[in-house]
Amino acid sequence: MGRHTPLYDLHRTLGARLVDFGGWDMPVQYASQIEEHHAVRRAAGVFDVSHMCVVDLTGARTREFLRYLIANDVGKLTRAGKALYSCMLNETGGVIDDLIVYFLTDAAFRLVVNAGTRDKDLKWIRRHAQDFGVEVRERADLAMLAVQGPQARQKAVGLLAAGDRERALALPAFVGAQLADWFIARTGYTGEDGFEMMLPAGHAVDAWLALNALGVVSCGLGARDTLRLEAGMNLYGNDMDESTHPFESGLGWTVALEPAERRFIGREALQRVKAAGSARELIGLVLEDRGVLRSHQKVIAPGGTGEITSGTFSPTLERSIAFARIPSGPVARVEVDIRGKLLAARRVKPPFVRAGKALVS
Amino acid sequence: MSQVPADLHYTKSHEWVRELADGTVEIGITDHAQHALGDLVFAEVPDTGRVLGAGEPCAVVESVKAASDVYCPMAGEVTAGNPELAKAPELINQDAFGRGWLLRLRPASAARGALLSAAEYAELLRAEGS
Repeated sequence: MGRHTPLYDLHRTLGARLVDFGGWDMPVQYASQIEEHHAVRRAAGVFDVSHMCVVDLTGARTREFLRYLIANDVGKLTRAGKALYSCMLNETGGVIDDLIVYFLTDAAFRLVVNAGTRDKDLKWIRRHAQDFGVEVRERADLAMLAVQGPQARQKAVGLLAAGDRERALALPAFVGAQLADWFIARTGYTGEDGFEMMLPAGHAVDAWLALNALGVVSCGLGARDTLRLEAGMNLYGNDMDESTHPFESGLGWTVALEPAERRFIGREALQRVKAAGSARELIGLVLEDRGVLRSHQKVIAPGGTGEITSGTFSPTLERSIAFARIPSGPVARVEVDIRGKLLAARRVKPPFVRAGKALVS
Repeated sequence: MSQVPADLHYTKSHEWVRELADGTVEIGITDHAQHALGDLVFAEVPDTGRVLGAGEPCAVVESVKAASDVYCPMAGEVTAGNPELAKAPELINQDAFGRGWLLRLRPASAARGALLSAAEYAELLRAEGS
């Protein structure tokens, strides 16, 4: 038996199919994965993401610590509540995890890290935090709901006290705020507008049911995966891990090599890659033939072979899309080996879909 | 509880077999199987004339989440693959025992030894906890 979020019993009551995800028993779908996907693209859906690990960092040197710990630069964060996406690297530039960091005050930042990497992340963070006198506190007392879709924010504020609704609706993209005992952030993993809400575990069931009553559809991790891939967002463990660096994982944009004087873990390794040029790159693919791209399928490109890292059927585009890691080069078309047949795929620049709109043909 | 039509035969791997008047058989996956797989988005059916052995993979059905092989319940020669599934794989979800059929086969022999009756298949589903 895996670990359970505060919403586990409710998921069962709602008829979800539960699967193991990173050691947690999580809902993969309720009724139809495709309908859940469309609900988020067209209206609003809610996901239980309480398995993700919220970590609060406190201490006078927290900003300095994070500038050393992660590859993106929290020095960019000046507005309270502002979020930043980053990789946390090892010394060889391999990706230990990807995470979101929220700047709360100069002495307090909040991280959200992946469920499957929780233990190694906490160990790594604690090991390095000691040198900076930073306190590391896992917030297992919080549940996290992601409410996503074009109608998500308008519906979600229905759960807040009247005085907090305007403040929540006024949050710019990628900014969060503490409103009473809920932390509400305009972030997500679907390519749609919406909130991620961290709330006391004991509030989670009532919040979920209230969202359902407002017409927000219960969505499982299956729809979350098709939504994030359409949105061109990486999944840790599929698209990058400790054996790959950000430049071959489509994540070069998250690495802040400037300012040059900032020291961070993995910097030397990444500078060497940058100077030599990355031998491999992560690209987007659209399958032109019928079929479904899946992770680990072999990709035959002009410069050599590669592999699909994430692939699925895209409910919005009604065809198969994928990320693939291939030798770097100006490649427009590849072939993918699906059960011994070579099928044609075209390179596209992710995202595939954003804010309900197809961005590739 | 999934549907288990009484006039069909079944396999432990959740295929169904219908005896047709011309001596061929029609093969598909059961309502239980389509439900377990979820929304189907792709089906690959065999070409007419292909000779299949019993238990050989004869078709592939893919949901959003995963690809699954379908195993041929008996040896024989394919007389048709369902042409509608190329455009509408969701027919398997909507009508697993009807328009969602996968292939038709001329069996190599009259023996049907390994197949389950509807009652036996229903019992198998109960034992699997569904």
